[in-house]
Amino acid sequence: MKEILAIIRPNKLDDVKDALEKIGCHGITVAEVKGRGRQLGITESYRGSDYRIDLLPKTRLEIIVKDQDAEEVIETIVKTAATGDIGDGKIFISPVEDVVRIRTGERGEKAV
Amino acid sequence: MVDAVLNSGDTAWMLISTALVMLMTIPGVALFYGGLTKKQNVLNTMFLSLIAFAITSIIWILYGYQFTFGQDIMGIIGNPANLLFNGIQVDALATLAPTIPATVYIAFQMTFAAITIALISGAIVERMKFSSWMVFIVLWVSLVYVPIAHWVWGGGFLAQLGALDFAGGTVVHINAGVAALALVILLGKRKDISLLPHQLGYSVLGAALLWFGWFGFNAGSALSAGGLAGSAFLATNTAAAAGLISWIIIDYVKTGKPTLLGALSGAIAGLVAITPAAGFVTVQAAVIIGLVTSLVSYLGISYLKPRLGYDDALDVFGIHGLSGIWGALATGLFAAPFINSLGTGLFYGNPGQVMVQAIAIVVVMGYSFVVTLILGKIIDWTIGLRVEVKEEVEGLDTNLHEESGYRI
Repeated sequence: MKEILAIIRPNKLDDVKDALEKIGCHGITVAEVKGRGRQLGITESYRGSDYRIDLLPKTRLEIIVKDQDAEEVIETIVKTAATGDIGDGKIFISPVEDVVRIRTGERGEKAV
Repeated sequence: MVDAVLNSGDTAWMLISTALVMLMTIPGVALFYGGLTKKQNVLNTMFLSLIAFAITSIIWILYGYQFTFGQDIMGIIGNPANLLFNGIQVDALATLAPTIPATVYIAFQMTFAAITIALISGAIVERMKFSSWMVFIVLWVSLVYVPIAHWVWGGGFLAQLGALDFAGGTVVHINAGVAALALVILLGKRKDISLLPHQLGYSVLGAALLWFGWFGFNAGSALSAGGLAGSAFLATNTAAAAGLISWIIIDYVKTGKPTLLGALSGAIAGLVAITPAAGFVTVQAAVIIGLVTSLVSYLGISYLKPRLGYDDALDVFGIHGLSGIWGALATGLFAAPFINSLGTGLFYGNPGQVMVQAIAIVVVMGYSFVVTLILGKIIDWTIGLRVEVKEEVEGLDTNLHEESGYRI
């Protein structure tokens, strides 16, 4: 099993959610987060003074999938969340040791 | 001088003007400043204006009006007859505005005292103790606003000298701007001095209400409903529009992008600059006054402030102080005798008027700065001016008021 942690633009959330639903990926946890990448944010100007806004609002998706589904989910997120501009975000993939469905106590892939 | 006979048209206009000027303080100034601060200080910032209005209202009827507009004593202060509002007749007419009731004149002037102290709050936001602010309001209105208003409007020595101040360029704006500067020097810098408005939309509402209320402030200062009020009304709007356009031109030149906060700042700067001049100058002169004033304030905020290092949080000195100085000088340049027989400026053959204006500016700046510094120092020694560092970092709303502006 894999954990897919995707940081995307907040205004892309609906597109990504719909696209994931279409490929049968339903389970998803979403968080409003703030962060910055290589560009260290953006610049805003008030009364002639420039300020660097170095933490920008982003949306973080956490998705746990079976190993064989991971590539499709990743591709879908990349396809729908990309605009080609700086600030599109990143995806982090890592292995998951075990999963437990709290209601039934099921373990492993059955619980995903 | 007009005959001392009640005029119901004048009275109706002055009642409306009074309500308009009230609207400038709450919610005008409260919203304008509230939108510019950080979100954890929005309620405290708005509260500073509200409490200023309430405390000044009480001071004004008990003794403020009496010392300001009582019979002049040696040019310094009014003779306070009618203390605690005793003996002011319902039907009595105002001495300085003989076509309206004294009560209406008192109420109109009260709103000016209140907005002056409320304007100062913009400089000291995000770090001053609320209790100290309340004490400061009482001391400052009593010992700075009242004497200066008497000197310029109550028949004191600056009025006798011939200083022109139609609606409060010196009494309100220079006075507030310089007092703000003195107070922030005592308070010191905030830990985070960035100007990142948490909700610029509030400031749009606040600035629009200020602009709207300013018609009462300036056209109301004609103290009558006639041609002079109309002329002042139009000059006021013209200068505000010119100031707004001027500031965004500067934005374009400096960064290539117009800013909304720049537009609001320019409009306010234009309104400030036309305040002393509104009932003395032509509408054409108002265009020039408005165009120039944004440059004056912009340069002050972008170059003077960083160089001198004072933390005037929302630029009270930069906008009200500097544009107030320009407006007071411009009144000495552009005052046209065919607009108002009481004022003739340099361009109409009276070069001495500029000198008189300069004297008034220097006297008001000097007195306001020194006395504010002394009052602030006394408060600092006794109860302290500034909140704890922890309170400043976490925000004043939760720490000083146990409330927060946003639940989300």
